[in-house]
This record gives sequence, structure tokens and C-alpha cells, in this order.
Amino acid sequence: MQVEYIGAFNIVLGVIARFWPVWLGLALVMGASFTYKKRLGLYGQLFDSGVGIVGVGICLFWLFTAIFATTVAPFDPLSQVPIMKDALPGGIEPVSKLIYYFGGDKLARDVFSRMVYGSQIVLIIAPAATGFALMVGITLGLPAGYYGGRIDTVLSFLANLVLAFPVILLFYLLVTPGIMDTPIPYAMAGLFFLFPIIFFSVLFWTRYKNRPDRLYILMGLTLVIGGWVYAGLVFDADPFKIIHIDPNQLNIFVAVVFASSPGVFRIVRGLVMDIKTRDYVAAAQTRGESPWYIMLWEILPNARGPLIVDACLRIGYTTILLGTLGYFGLGLAPESPDWGTAIKDASRLLRSFIHPALPPTIALMSFVLGLNLLADSLREQSMKD
Amino acid sequence: MLSFVIRRLGTMALTMLCLTMIVFFLINLEPNLKKLAISQTEMHTSAEQLESWLVNHGYRQNFFVRYGQWLGVLPKQPVTDPATGKPTQRFSFCNDPLEPKFSGILEGDFGCSTKFKTTVASKLFPALGATGILMLCVLAVMVPISLLIGILAGMREGSRTDRTLSVASIASTATPEYVSGVIFTVIFASWLGWLNGSAASASQGITFYNFTLPVMTLAIYGIGYIARMTRASMVDVMTQQYIRTARLKGLSFGSVVVKHALRNALIAPFTVIMLQFPWLLTGVVIVEVMFRYQGFGYTLVEAAGNNDIDLLLGCSLVSVFIVLITQLISDVGYAFLNPRIRVQ
Repeated sequence: MQVEYIGAFNIVLGVIARFWPVWLGLALVMGASFTYKKRLGLYGQLFDSGVGIVGVGICLFWLFTAIFATTVAPFDPLSQVPIMKDALPGGIEPVSKLIYYFGGDKLARDVFSRMVYGSQIVLIIAPAATGFALMVGITLGLPAGYYGGRIDTVLSFLANLVLAFPVILLFYLLVTPGIMDTPIPYAMAGLFFLFPIIFFSVLFWTRYKNRPDRLYILMGLTLVIGGWVYAGLVFDADPFKIIHIDPNQLNIFVAVVFASSPGVFRIVRGLVMDIKTRDYVAAAQTRGESPWYIMLWEILPNARGPLIVDACLRIGYTTILLGTLGYFGLGLAPESPDWGTAIKDASRLLRSFIHPALPPTIALMSFVLGLNLLADSLREQSMKD
Repeated sequence: MLSFVIRRLGTMALTMLCLTMIVFFLINLEPNLKKLAISQTEMHTSAEQLESWLVNHGYRQNFFVRYGQWLGVLPKQPVTDPATGKPTQRFSFCNDPLEPKFSGILEGDFGCSTKFKTTVASKLFPALGATGILMLCVLAVMVPISLLIGILAGMREGSRTDRTLSVASIASTATPEYVSGVIFTVIFASWLGWLNGSAASASQGITFYNFTLPVMTLAIYGIGYIARMTRASMVDVMTQQYIRTARLKGLSFGSVVVKHALRNALIAPFTVIMLQFPWLLTGVVIVEVMFRYQGFGYTLVEAAGNNDIDLLLGCSLVSVFIVLITQLISDVGYAFLNPRIRVQ
């Protein structure tokens, strides 16, 4: 049986048509943002420059692709149709008459569907890991910068210790199948996932300690939700079975948080050392506010600009790290559709077939590019103020 | 200045001690030792035989004793052959001593590679040499190009050249090595056929044909970052008073840029280029694996994949050393280049 093909023009049209929910979502969000851009603050200002619009557009594109992956992708990312092995782009699958838009890979899976599903993995792990790294970096960087002295020396030494590790070596040591038999990843997860709970508890405590009505609600919510997520992620003991993470994904997650939190720590520490010399900090000290109140409610809000920019860049960097992990076959399952693994599989066969290699590379590049453009334009906008 | 360098060297030694201990701990975790024993013995060995292999080769000694031996502050003991009771060499292929002897990193003995059946030194240093050549080529391409882009972009802030070059540098920082490597291979090797998609033959002789792709791939990721830093520094310098004075004196724009702005604008990129080395290390690993170039990165991946304890320790020692020494050079060099900075 011979595979039939459609032409290049039809491939382009078909791909554009498959992304219809994404275009719809993009149009709605972009349209709304344009209409109300005056009222949207920093986010609205992004729409003043071409670079900002492109950045937001690319990021939203991949966000909607990840959300609507089941609608966009014609095939299951793991399903194999033997006749489509190494099929060229535009091959028509004989049974369902659906099209392999970007061809099939060496295991006869649809490259297009794998690229679309790959976005889900990246868009869940990269922002979440960055969020945790931010929490760890902020919670440790604030006291290091504010108090200085011995606590700063110790924490900075530890941060430099991690930063002196070449990332790739760190991953080869921390993300191995063997290490899952030891308690190390779980201990690290237990430690890192504690930081958000500590952060929010201290945040609410310092602000509302004289207003019990608010304090009890907020602290209760933090502890219940935090504890629930904590139990689900670290001990895999979520009583409602909603929050669940595979052991190897937990391993990757922990390694990525571990690799990127010292960077956040250094930035926060530097910002705090700069901001703590300002007059409003001195005013708060004179008022007799507690140190943690000053750190969390006076200094942190004023450091938000550089931190938001850094967070954008860091999500992109985390995406690159995830790709590196996939490229070396560390952590993620070999059949996982994430972009790094797909690039690894395809790059070994570049001599014979190039079409499975291009979609994941371009996807990864465009997503990171979108985040970098976004960060760049955020930086420009925040410098204008 | 001297006391600053000495203090930094002290911190560096402490950092290296801590890091090697962490690496030593992680490599010697129970699952890793099991894996090593399985790969080093014949097929289908029983659990007792694996255990006795580990005991015979000294892997069951106390953690700190073994770390001390590796470091060279405790004497390395020869193992006793269970059959004859006489001391024998741990690994015959790298001349382990027959009597107790201080022989560790501090004495210049890097240990024994179980994967390549030779001493670590004889494997690691040629690989480092090969990577050194690659790094030199990359720096020779990357530094001039990125400085040029940064200066051209920062010369006139906000101009069309600036915006085009800035977006191009952002795009290049968004392209990790495994992405640009694939794209370049597709374009230059598969499609145009100009270059070789594998650098395996480069160990015999480096040619333009087999070495351009790895160098290009490695350089592209760094170019964007250094160019952006140079641009920022150039923009900053161009708004200074002395530049305006020079312009008002009637000097031409070109002469102002070359004679007055350039020297001050190049201080910051120096630090950035130095701090780029740790990033290059990760890139080297990716590129060497992708283009099959037998250098340091390739050795590191082989060592990690086969759980070759001493070789991996040697690799991590070298890479951590490179990271720390470049940090030190960048700090000291910065103080030299910029007399306004006083090191405390």
C-alpha cells in the first residue's frame, strides 16, 4: 500500500486550520488587551512596541497550543501507524484519512502531534519550576541582603557552590535512574516545596498579625492548600488523587529548581542591598516595623520590575535546560513527546531524514525567543518610568 | 590586591573541596556502585559476587577514608587477593601501587578509568587539549563578531541598525546549541553539502570542512549575550560627558567612537566573556556529543554514562576549576582595567 501525499501549499493551509482554537484564543486575548491597554498597567504598555506585541503573541500562541493540545493534534503522540514510518510531510494516513502534516518519525508517530503535545510538558514544568526557584531565591535572598553579615556569607557561599557546578554535570549527577532509589530527590523536594508555604505564611503574618479576622483566613488557606499540594508532590499522598507527579518528573523538577534558584538568590540579594538604603526603608525602620515586614512589604514590591524581567528570561532558560535534559536522555521517558527528546531522536538520523528534526527545534527556539522578546520589552517599559 | 587574590584563592580551594566531596558522595551512591559492579563483571553474576567485587576493589571502605585516598591525604592501600593473601593491584591496567602510598589528586594521580582501562590522566589530558583547540577557535570567532555587533548597535542607540542587531542578538541567545546544531547541519551538511556533519575526523586533522559546524554552533549562543552586554556598555559610555565634550570639540563621530568610547566600553564585556566559560562548558558537552568530537565533553558524557568514578571525578574537578579560575581572572582583570574600582 502506498502513502499518498498532499502538496506543500495544502500542508501550510492544513496546519493553520488545525490551530484554529489557538487563533481564536489569540484573537480574543490580543483584541481585549488592545482595547483596554490603558487600564492594564505594565502589561498594557507591552502593546506599545512591536517587539512587545510579537513577544506576547508567541508566548500566548504556545500557551493556547498547550491548553488546546487535544483539539489541535490530529493523532495521539504515542500512537504508531507502521505504514507511516519515516513518511514525508503531508502523508495521508490510509485508515483515518487524517494527514501527517510534518511527516512521521522513525517510530511512525506523527511529528506534528508530538510537537503540539510537547508544548504541554514544557509549559507545565518550565513556569512551575521557575516559580519555585523564585520562591526559594526570594525567601533566602531577602535576609541575606537585608541582614548581611554571617547569614549572607553562608548563604552566598552555598549559592556560589551550586553556581560553580557546570549545569550539565549537575544533571548527570542528580537526574539518573539510580538516584530515584535513594531518598535524595524526595529530601530535596521536601526542602524546596517548603519554601512557598514559609513565604506566604510570613507574608500574611507580618501584614495582618494585628487583624486576626483576616490573618486566620489567609493563614488557614495557605496552610491547607500548601499542605495539600505538598503532600501530593512530595509524598504522592494526595487524599483526593488530583495532584500527582511521576517520580522521574519530580526528579527533573527538583534538579531544575536546584540549578536555577541560586541565580534568583543572587539577583534578589543585590536588589535588596540597593533598596535597603532608600528613605522609605529608613522610615519603616523608624516606625518600628519588624525586619520581615520591611523585607516583604517595603523592599520586595519595589524590586518587582527586575524580578519580573528575570522571571521571563528564566522561564526561557529553564525551557533550554529541559531541552538539554531531553537531548541527553536524562529523566524524561524515552517516548516522551517533549521537544528535547524529539530533537535527540531526530538529530541521530539527520543524514537520511531531516523533517522530524525541524518542528521541535523551531518550536523550542520560537518559544524561548518569545519569552526573551517579552523580557526585553518589559525591561524597556520599566526603564521608562 | 595581593591579599584579595590570596583570600579568593582560599575560598576557591574551600569551594573545590566541598564540591568534590559532593560529587564524590553522589557518584558513590549505592545504585551507582551496583551499576559499576555489574558493568565491570561478567554477565549474570550473583549478588554475592557483585558485593565481593566491590569489597575487593576497595569500594566498601569508609566514605571519608576513600575520599581522603582520592585526595591524597591518606595512603592508598593495595587490596589483598582473597586466594593468596598477598597484596595485589586494584586495577592492573594502571599500575596501582603494591605498598601503601600517598597517591591522590594532591600528588598528581587522578586515578583509574574503569571504562577506558587506562589511567585517568592519559585519557583526560589529551581530551582537554582537543577541547582547548575547539575553545580557541570558538573564542577567535565569537569575541570579535560579538564585540563588533555590540559596538555597532550601541553606537547610535535606537537607530535602525541598533534595533535590527538587538533583535538578532536576542534570537541568537534563544537558540541553544542543540537547536542551532541541528539547523546548521540541516542547512550546510544535508542540504548544501558544504560542510561535514561530523567532526569525528577532526582528531586526525582539523580542516575547514569538518570543524566549521561545531565552532559555529558553539559560537552562536554566546555571540548574542556578549553583544548585548557590549551594546549596553557602549550605550552607557556614549551618554557620558567626555564623549559630548569630544564631539563638541569638533572630532568626527568615527574618531570619537574609536579613540574615546571604545576603550571604556570594553571593560564590561571582558568580565562577561570570562564568565562565559562555564556556559561554554555545557555547550562543549552538547556540541562534542552531537558532532562526535573526542574532547572533554565527550569524555564527561562517557564517564557519566558508564559510572566511571575516577574519570568523572577528574572531569568535575577540571570543570569546577575552570569555572572558579575564570571568575577570579574576571574579578582581578576588572580591577586592573577599571582603576576606579578598588577591591576590598
